[in-house]
Amino acid sequence: MTTTKRRFGHFGGQFVPETLMTPLQELEDAYEEAKNDPEFQQELAYYLKQYVGRETPLYFAERLTKKMGGAKIYLKREDLNHTGAHKINNAIGQALLAKRMGKKKIVAETGAGQHGVATATACALLDMECIVYMGAEDVRRQQLNVFRMELLGTKVIAVEKGSATLKDAVNEALRHWVTHIEDTHYILGSALGPHPFPTIVRDFQRIIGDETRLQIVEQENRLPDAVIACIGGGSNAIGMFYPFIEDADVALYGIEAAGAGVDTNAHAAAIHVGKTGVLHGAFMYLLQDENGFIQEAHSISAGLDYPGVGPEHCHLHESGRAKYPSVTDEQALQGVKLLCETEGILPALESAHAIYYAAEFAKARPADEIIVVCLSGRGDKDVHTLIEKLGGGGQ
Amino acid sequence: MNLQLIIEETLTKGDKAFVPYIMAGDGGLETIKPTILKLQQLGVSAIEVGIPFTDPVADGPTIEKAGQRALSHGVTLKGILQELTSFADEIAVPLVAMTYLNPILAYGIEAFARNAYAAGIRGLIVPDMPLEESSILHPALKAQGIALVQLVSLTSPPERVKKLAAASEGFIYAITVNGTTGVRAEFAENLPAHFSELKRHSNVPVLAGFGISTPGQVKELSTFADGVIVGSQIVAALEKQDWATIESLVHAAKKVPIL
Ligand SMILES: Cc1ncc(COP(=O)(O)O)c(C=O)c1O
Repeated sequence: MTTTKRRFGHFGGQFVPETLMTPLQELEDAYEEAKNDPEFQQELAYYLKQYVGRETPLYFAERLTKKMGGAKIYLKREDLNHTGAHKINNAIGQALLAKRMGKKKIVAETGAGQHGVATATACALLDMECIVYMGAEDVRRQQLNVFRMELLGTKVIAVEKGSATLKDAVNEALRHWVTHIEDTHYILGSALGPHPFPTIVRDFQRIIGDETRLQIVEQENRLPDAVIACIGGGSNAIGMFYPFIEDADVALYGIEAAGAGVDTNAHAAAIHVGKTGVLHGAFMYLLQDENGFIQEAHSISAGLDYPGVGPEHCHLHESGRAKYPSVTDEQALQGVKLLCETEGILPALESAHAIYYAAEFAKARPADEIIVVCLSGRGDKDVHTLIEKLGGGGQ
Repeated sequence: MNLQLIIEETLTKGDKAFVPYIMAGDGGLETIKPTILKLQQLGVSAIEVGIPFTDPVADGPTIEKAGQRALSHGVTLKGILQELTSFADEIAVPLVAMTYLNPILAYGIEAFARNAYAAGIRGLIVPDMPLEESSILHPALKAQGIALVQLVSLTSPPERVKKLAAASEGFIYAITVNGTTGVRAEFAENLPAHFSELKRHSNVPVLAGFGISTPGQVKELSTFADGVIVGSQIVAALEKQDWATIESLVHAAKKVPIL
């Protein structure tokens, strides 16, 4: 039974050890069955509404719009979800799927810790055992989330290897999964990895775009001119973009993290660099040297600190359907301040990349245009980094 | 030198194949030549040459660390192929390269196949390229006469085992544990049945690998496998230059009684 696509254009695929091929097939079969089972969909809808708090508002950012003096800016408030980011949409979906498959244990990777917290939360809710791998560097940057996961009964394992960030956490989570394949499901946190993960994650995140579509028509009586979201592995962006892909008049912008600048070697802008390769099960754009060794990504935001980009985005880039500009660490910090000061909303550093780009973009567009930004998460987790970079907090 | 024929020759003599895994360049590129020459002197059937990679997801800690050491010496696929080519006329056993896919893609597929053959490589194992994805490499390898070895896992269901067994070239790499490379105390109970199933469907020898570390395990697995691949234990012994351990492992595959 193969009804989902293994590839997006020539991106994606299943570049995994043989030991994972059968579990991936089982996952695909189970997912196809669940997807078409009204009972599963009802259960998912129940938790999303009653537990996560969906639907999330599509909020007209009037003061930000005024300040920029151009197109109207709307914010899709994924930061208002339980646990504070879009990651819970996928974590609950996959945890329910794992339960249905008879798996009692969950392993996950996390970068910013938002996916880790979301997974730990879903596991507490559904009474499952949970282990989360997290780069040691991220453990330091995102202390608050580490503690939250521990409170939720999850075991957090710091990964000291490699760059000690998200890529290394994925390596360890994959290793853990191959050695505990009988009773464990791997909840991958972004639209990455081997088929069927990019499809499953996108399907669980498309609720962002589906709601946005209805809400903008309700409020503006038409579709937006542009939709903007930040790109780590690409899950909030693909969730937002997917329902708009067929609408040729809606421009799609995925914002990569430019770190210290795309001309330095400290960034995470894999599409911008444009070299393709294979990592973590998929053929995709990938930061690598001339020997095919994977390079460390850099971003001020742990959640964008990954050297690859989900395969569906690679395809959208190659086909020209979506554009992938980038925003630096400095600009993202400005984005944080801008949203705090104009709207009273502290965005996650990841989301702040999209906010900054959207604000600048809006400035250059006429007042009758409409822009929607995915505000993928809230910034409480980043306060530690913000104090370090912006000063204050009595320091 | 044909990988399959060399292994079959070993079997004809009443021995089982012994294939040690080395991490190429663990200790620097210059360690490759003496290591290979000494191993072939001990009477190994073939040598698996590991290529270091930044993100070796199929490997356990021992091989991963060896890879990190090699990387810290600046070892690359290109450097390894050049080094091997420099003493290719002294290499008397087939080499089987084990590398993740991305370094090959970065090298260029056609150039890799050509230069690998010139370096004495007669077989290739790519742990992150299952059969379904192998069409990107297979034509270039076939044109050069490099065998593409398939890994078969304990999780592969019967129809899949059949497909993999039929497709594998050189030999079949039968994984004896679920998980990554590395030392294990015990193997699954159903291994003998798994191996007879594999042999029934394949035209090439069936070798056991992953987790094999003692002469006793070599003997045990050799009663039903056509040979063994020993990785982590060899890598650890080479780091200490403990050749006595390596010799005892090689010796354990000789004249194994057939059950
Ligand atoms: C708030 C937030 N936004 C965005 C991301 C980036 O992930 P993705 O590109 O999968 O949405 C993360 C990842 O941790 C995150 O926490």
